[in-house]
Amino acid sequence: MDMLRRRGIDYPLLIIALLLTVFGIAMVYSAGQTDVPSAGTAAAWKRQLGWFAVSLLAAWTVTRGSVRLIEWSAWPLYAFSCTLLLVVLFFGSGAGTAASVKGWLTIGGVRLGQPAELAKVATTLMLARVLAAQREQVRSLLDLWRPLVVVALPWVLVMLQPDLGTGMVFIGICFMMLFWAGVSWQLLLMLASPGISLILAFSTGIWGAWFLILVALVLWYRPYLPEGVVLVVANVVMGVVAPILWDTLKPYQRQRLLVFLDPTIDPLRAGYHVTQSKVAIGSGGLFGQGFTLGPQKRLRFVPEQHTDFIFSVVGEELGFLGVSCALALFLALFLRAIRVSTRASDAFPSLVASGFVAAWFVHVVVNIGMTLSLMPVTGIPLPFFSYGGSFLLSSWLAVAVLLRISAEGRGQADAIGL
Amino acid sequence: MSFHPNALLRRARVARLVLVVSIGALGAAFFRAQVVQHDAYVVQSENTRLREVPLPGARGTIYDRRGEVIAENLPGYAVSLLSPTEDSLKAALRTLSGIVPIDQTQQRAAIRRFRQAPTRPAVIFTNATFEVVSILEERRVEFPDLIIQSSPKRYYPDGAAMAALVGYTGEISEPELARLKPEGYKAGQQIGKAGLELQFETALRAREGLRFVEVDARNRVVRDAGVREEIQPEAPTPLRTNIDLDLQRYAHSYFGDSLRGAVVALDPSTGGVLALYSAPSYDINEWVGGISSTIYEQLLTDPHTPLVNRAMQGTYPPASTWKLATAVIGLQRGLVTMDTHMERPCTGGYMYGRYFKCWDKRGHGDVTLAQAIAKSCDVYFYQLGLKIGLSNLLAGGVALGFGEKTGIDLPNEKESIWPEDTKYFDKKYGPRGWNRSVVLSLSIGQANNAQTPLNMARFYTALATDGRAATPQIVAREAERMQILHLTADQLAGVQRALADVVSRGTAAGAQIQGLTIAGKTGTAQVPPLQDFAWFVGYAPASDPKIVLAIIIEEGLHGSTAAKIATKLMERYLKTPLTMTAITND
Repeated sequence: MDMLRRRGIDYPLLIIALLLTVFGIAMVYSAGQTDVPSAGTAAAWKRQLGWFAVSLLAAWTVTRGSVRLIEWSAWPLYAFSCTLLLVVLFFGSGAGTAASVKGWLTIGGVRLGQPAELAKVATTLMLARVLAAQREQVRSLLDLWRPLVVVALPWVLVMLQPDLGTGMVFIGICFMMLFWAGVSWQLLLMLASPGISLILAFSTGIWGAWFLILVALVLWYRPYLPEGVVLVVANVVMGVVAPILWDTLKPYQRQRLLVFLDPTIDPLRAGYHVTQSKVAIGSGGLFGQGFTLGPQKRLRFVPEQHTDFIFSVVGEELGFLGVSCALALFLALFLRAIRVSTRASDAFPSLVASGFVAAWFVHVVVNIGMTLSLMPVTGIPLPFFSYGGSFLLSSWLAVAVLLRISAEGRGQADAIGL
Repeated sequence: MSFHPNALLRRARVARLVLVVSIGALGAAFFRAQVVQHDAYVVQSENTRLREVPLPGARGTIYDRRGEVIAENLPGYAVSLLSPTEDSLKAALRTLSGIVPIDQTQQRAAIRRFRQAPTRPAVIFTNATFEVVSILEERRVEFPDLIIQSSPKRYYPDGAAMAALVGYTGEISEPELARLKPEGYKAGQQIGKAGLELQFETALRAREGLRFVEVDARNRVVRDAGVREEIQPEAPTPLRTNIDLDLQRYAHSYFGDSLRGAVVALDPSTGGVLALYSAPSYDINEWVGGISSTIYEQLLTDPHTPLVNRAMQGTYPPASTWKLATAVIGLQRGLVTMDTHMERPCTGGYMYGRYFKCWDKRGHGDVTLAQAIAKSCDVYFYQLGLKIGLSNLLAGGVALGFGEKTGIDLPNEKESIWPEDTKYFDKKYGPRGWNRSVVLSLSIGQANNAQTPLNMARFYTALATDGRAATPQIVAREAERMQILHLTADQLAGVQRALADVVSRGTAAGAQIQGLTIAGKTGTAQVPPLQDFAWFVGYAPASDPKIVLAIIIEEGLHGSTAAKIATKLMERYLKTPLTMTAITND
């Protein structure tokens, strides 16, 4: 029995997650080592270590429950997290680079955590449940109304905070899981088309080309007529009407929207920070300045260096080598989770695993991209690295769910023996 | 929905591809920033966190011909403040002024310096007293952004004797900064403002060193040692001049407080400037780093205009000292020899439209050119001038260099006045406003002729040697000598004999020693309404000239006054008693 139990544990996945967390806490420790003492950050690593302990405990607890139990809990968790998201809209407070965002659940001045973190897990579970239950072949966008509503509800609440970064994570989760559920690429493209139109609207020519492709796609795929019409109209609105509306906006209103999309255009604050982050990373070189020794970090030029910009510290102190290690670990985590997903016993666990990969992936790409200003500064944290209890906890809950799925997967023992 | 294992594996392949490509792209972006662009980011990182603190260097020492110090550097202290913003600088100044006195001017200057170069420490005290430094040093910990460092201060040991020559240094001004930025000048640095300090700025300029302090994101100094290797200031090679400090000092002591005038002493064979002095003088040390407005006002409003450097900016009618030029022009044109007589002997005056007096009412009789030079006979030179003719006299004067600057290596030399041709008179007085009798006055060194003592000295270097005039040089380099006298060897020897020989038979009293005689010419310039100015231009020893000296004493009344001082100065330089034989009068 012991043999079986031990074989049930997905050791590579567990070890990757542990390595990432230890790496992360080490970086949180380093981020606190500055020449300019500042309350809070120096001891952050200890608190993070405490949260790690809590996370491991929670993860162990989760692995005791079966995938069925997790599936059953999706509904209440989803309802609970949406309620919390609604609550923070009224009672929330901001923090860090996202100081203007009402993302924190605060009671009596004590920040308890970010409901959005829980919502990501809960929405993934709920979406997986809905998609797994949908057995018929999806032929039109209308067939997707149930999963879309599941994602849209928390997404709208998050965007109202407004938290663009987390909003992007929900979109990532949504598309990945629809793709994983077998929705055809044509439908996914049509679903994404209004957004693509909005992005391409800056150039009439490029948008025009895209619009022709879309029309061709619609004619070829032949969705229901009203659906096709709605799609084309939505694209026209996004691609043509939006720029016209844009032009009628007052300069300060435009500025507000632009800063929302890309804070680097606000050069005095966020722009300066991103520049400092790039300088820190670039000066790290191949081997870095040495653990805890990065001067840009020590002198606190790197903004939010223990949370959103922690990867700048990795870059500065451990160099390209350290960056490569971190990226390799993340890639290993993703690939392992995909493997778990393909070997899952059922549609629900397989979808859940793919959703977790999507969430982490968006976090990693947007956060790390931000430190080199390849992505807008949206203030979403780096999984396992950024200081912050609720995100570490939710990440480890996801790891626990993956471990459980892996243990129950095909060709594996049907019980996990943690 | 299809979850057939094959369909799932296909999707997994797509997902893996997307993941690997995305993470790979991120890795590539980091490779680009960390490996390819690494060097640029290192520079940017250092620019971000390192602040340069200049280590003031010493300017080059200026020596005289014997290695005595003309300009040196004394240890001093500069106090400056590194501030992130103007507001924080103002706040810091307020706090500091509660501890040490900082007046409004100093505060304003500090703020101006900050604006000029915000990343450099703003200097508060360019020359802090030891007391201020010790008070601030004691409370160092309270002001981590305060920078106290040694900063050499310019000092001229013989400042009062040197005002006309050495110039002074001061903080670079905004126009200077705008002009000199390409040469690496920075706000707050010291720069030569006048005289030698200005002329030889490139050579004397202090080679500033740098040290680095590390600041944090709020521009507060975190570390100030060992951040990056210091660049030590370099000492420029000292500047050696031809000046004879002893002679210069002697001239200063001789002029004292009462005499006004100027002295220029040149080495005739090289043009080396042995002394260049203008009286009244003032202590140039007062000017270093900015003169106080009270003293400046005093100097500016002084009726004796001490700020005019008489040796090269004062222009005076050369009077009889110029007769040698008339003689040379006559000889060059072949109109006379040293033994030529004029048609009319001197009877104390000459009629040419009106009566032109000779300085000696008794007259000199029938004299040769040699005798005319010796006796300074005006009537002889009137006739010689008429023989030469106005146009030729003017052209001859131009050829001898009387209308130009000497080209001395000092800034702001004034051009001597000499009419280029007759158009000068047309322009100045109108075509009918003058008559050609002006040639008479010109030929005895009066009328539209005003020479700097320096230019007269230059002319006499030609007379004292082989007819080549030497360009005056303060700093020794290759001698620049130009043949301005186109005389035969016999003619030149004749002129020199006239200057020396004739003189030795002259009126001067005193024993002659080993042929060490002064040759030269006195002059008395009429500068109404002032009293006459006394000139002497000459050289010694007459047989082998080692020094040419031009001296003017304003309101010195009589050339002999100038000659007496000239003798003393020449003796001082040659360290040999000289025979005062040069006194011919006019």
